[in-house]
Amino acid sequence: MDKAFNPSPLPPKVSVGVFAWLHRNLFSTPANTVLSLLLLWLALMGLPALFEWGWLNATFSAENAQTCRAAAGACWAFIAEKHRLILFGVYPYDEQWRPLIASLLLILLIYISCLRRFWRPALVWLWVGGLSLFAVLMWGGVLGLSYVENSRWGGLPLTLMLATFGLAFAFPLGVLLALGRRSHLPAIKAVCVVYIELIRGVPLISLLFMSSVMLPLFMPEGFNIDKLLRAQIAIIMFAAAYIAETVRGGLQAIPKGQYEGAESIGLGYWMTMRKIILPQALKVVIPPLVSIFISLFKDTSLVVVIGIFDLTQATKAALADAAWRGFSTEAYLFIAAIYFVFCYSISRYSRSIEQRLAHDQRV
Amino acid sequence: MPETMIRLTDVNKWFGQFHVLRDINLDVAKGERIVICGPSGSGKSTLIRCINRLEAHQSGTITVDGVELSDNLKRIELIRRDVGMVFQHFNLFPHLTVLENLTLGPIWVLKQSKAQALATAMDYLERVRIPEQAHKYPGQLSGGQQQRVAIARSLCMKPKVMLFDEPTSALDPEMVKEVLEVMLELATTGMTMLCVTHEMGFARKAADRVVFMDNGQIVEQNTPDAFFDQPQHARTREFLSQIMH
Repeated sequence: MDKAFNPSPLPPKVSVGVFAWLHRNLFSTPANTVLSLLLLWLALMGLPALFEWGWLNATFSAENAQTCRAAAGACWAFIAEKHRLILFGVYPYDEQWRPLIASLLLILLIYISCLRRFWRPALVWLWVGGLSLFAVLMWGGVLGLSYVENSRWGGLPLTLMLATFGLAFAFPLGVLLALGRRSHLPAIKAVCVVYIELIRGVPLISLLFMSSVMLPLFMPEGFNIDKLLRAQIAIIMFAAAYIAETVRGGLQAIPKGQYEGAESIGLGYWMTMRKIILPQALKVVIPPLVSIFISLFKDTSLVVVIGIFDLTQATKAALADAAWRGFSTEAYLFIAAIYFVFCYSISRYSRSIEQRLAHDQRV
Repeated sequence: MPETMIRLTDVNKWFGQFHVLRDINLDVAKGERIVICGPSGSGKSTLIRCINRLEAHQSGTITVDGVELSDNLKRIELIRRDVGMVFQHFNLFPHLTVLENLTLGPIWVLKQSKAQALATAMDYLERVRIPEQAHKYPGQLSGGQQQRVAIARSLCMKPKVMLFDEPTSALDPEMVKEVLEVMLELATTGMTMLCVTHEMGFARKAADRVVFMDNGQIVEQNTPDAFFDQPQHARTREFLSQIMH
């Protein structure tokens, strides 16, 4: 009788099981059914062929390219033959354990920095130490290591280095530019606006060309900045402009009341930004920031245009070997997999950060 | 003659063409409790926001505890330490816990030790009767609790003056009382208070003086009893008849 006063009615039964799931998710409407069938057909057409090429008919080890060409499938033997050139470029062959350790060191540093329990001031010293070790390993010239010019660096360590330094410097610079663009001081604001708009209006490739071709023209005689450093600076400047605009979006999302709340307890500008505004603004823009980081990582491959041997350029060099011509699919799949592993890790990490920071959004 | 805490002399302010404050003269004695009321748009919020320089006035002088407000940023920050403010929408920091909200100012502005700041914060949380919420985030509290945290946050700075900008008007009706109780209690401690509010019960109980504003001017000011029982001006009578229903 007294239905309205039932203390805790159970929720209605939900149907479970394969067919119910299939019906609800794949065949709920005619359009949905057509799409599902189309995708099923595509998968049936594509996947077996891919499996045949990449596994069943593939050659995993071969003395030379002829064996590979005789088989119908993929030639993974090419990767086995050339992986050191792809990964380390033209670094002296017998010394390639050095870039290997250097790369692992950089990956380890990044991994450690991602863990919250290491977020303390000492982390800075760890980076200083780690990067010094990276430099020693790559350059050598001390501790009995032979000296290797940085024009011979290449492959994965170079890509990692360009991305890591790019991010480490572009991020703070971008945040400062974003704050500057919202500054009440006209001079600072103008400088930031001009910088951001100029850099965003130019493709990264032309920035890289300018840094390698035009910049030396303006330098005094005998004064020369290393080509790699110039490329690194171009990447930092480019990424900073995009980060600045993204962060500005986050800053605009913070209500005026937060500034007033901070001002009313006497916090100054920098304190307000550091303690109140930026933590909230950056949290809002984590997803677009991560997109920028991921494109930054991949955009490092554009340094090929000025002849720096990053992962992509090293792969092109491996493909140029006349004895192993014609295996570009395998080679590009290989480096695509490497890029993917890094980019997907960044993406997963940002998801976990977002979830951890979600607590105070229960407003 | 009691010591003057706040003195406004011929204060004028415009928002664009709109003249929000017209020749405001107001002296607030140390320990005095003033309620400011008036119709919407009469300039009462702007008036108290000028006192801690959230808004800048354009002519006239404002002095707080003998220090004149000017464009000097350092001086403004000094005055803000002494002037607490409670907002209509609380303006708590949502990414910090209640305790972190309370200790931020004392630690970074007053340079207190963490232990000292925590002790003060817990003390004020007891006084506003929500010590058990110390480790929650503002978003997990009710409006009334958030406003009490906001009051405690201001008090942790040991201010000489407390400004209240419609502290109860964003609250659900059943939460107004708990906030007013905290404010009444604060009124008994000798704190100099300026409250923009339409809570006439609070005005009668706690205020030494009620100031009525309309069109950017102070129309009338008097003790609560005189103000409510024998309003002098027609505009005051009209306003009172509207809010008393």
